[in-house]
Amino acid sequence: MTELTLQVVLTVAAALVGTGLFGALSQQSIVMVMMGLELVVNGVLLAAGAAWAFLTPQLPGAQVLVLMATVVMAVEMAMGFAVALAIYRARQVDTVDAAEDLAG
Amino acid sequence: MTELLVLAALGGVAVCTGVLVFVVDSMARATFSLLASFLATGAALLVMDLAYLGLLTILMMTIEMAIMAVFMIMLMMNPAGLVPMTMVHNTTGSAVVGAAAFVLLTVGVWTTDWPDRPGPPPDDATAQVGEAVMGDYMLVMILVGVVLLATMVAGIALATHRGRYDRFGPDLDRRAPDDPVRGGLPR
Repeated sequence: MTELTLQVVLTVAAALVGTGLFGALSQQSIVMVMMGLELVVNGVLLAAGAAWAFLTPQLPGAQVLVLMATVVMAVEMAMGFAVALAIYRARQVDTVDAAEDLAG
Repeated sequence: MTELLVLAALGGVAVCTGVLVFVVDSMARATFSLLASFLATGAALLVMDLAYLGLLTILMMTIEMAIMAVFMIMLMMNPAGLVPMTMVHNTTGSAVVGAAAFVLLTVGVWTTDWPDRPGPPPDDATAQVGEAVMGDYMLVMILVGVVLLATMVAGIALATHRGRYDRFGPDLDRRAPDDPVRGGLPR
């Protein structure tokens, strides 16, 4: 039963990662791209929590990974909004398609 | 069995609300849909005995999504979804990549021979993670601290208006303006 529960939770995490990837790649708005990335990290959060609960509850490593994923999310939000504000101020741009010259 | 059903239900909520983020017209609704997805994940962590990390996720994401809603309303041309519109590109390619990632990960999940759980979870998972970050994993905490500090400095540097300290240009080769008061007036 433990293994089945782990597999179900990891499948949910995979669905979150897939949905997030779809969003991050398909959305034009910078903020919506960030939401897609957040969903990917949401999947990582769930998978790391499940790894701790069903594989290594005696070791703290997976819990520290959850903590790291939370920090990654905070950093991504802060820097993402700062970049969104900076480019909006400079060019009144709020979509990734309008900033294609930044590619490469 | 109960744990499996509860986790499956919370997972279903997390995925459905996650999909809704990219379906609804209103940007504000998309933000709160993402919040619902995070709340379901936080609740799942609570069910898995991760009291501290579950609560951390719930509290942090509530505030983060509230801030995100403000940015949505500030920057988006259609925050309330009053005019149905889609702002997407390369939908088919993105859907293929997303579906491929899901299938690949799911096949890995269901074909891996997972080891048995070595023993019962500790009495206090919060104490376990607390002792870890103050002991063996302290380097992680030190790095996280530096990264967050760098993020704060970089975020402020990027988000503020270019002020009087930027008057000489990025290479400091622009000529100084003819100021009525030497050094420039404070803004």
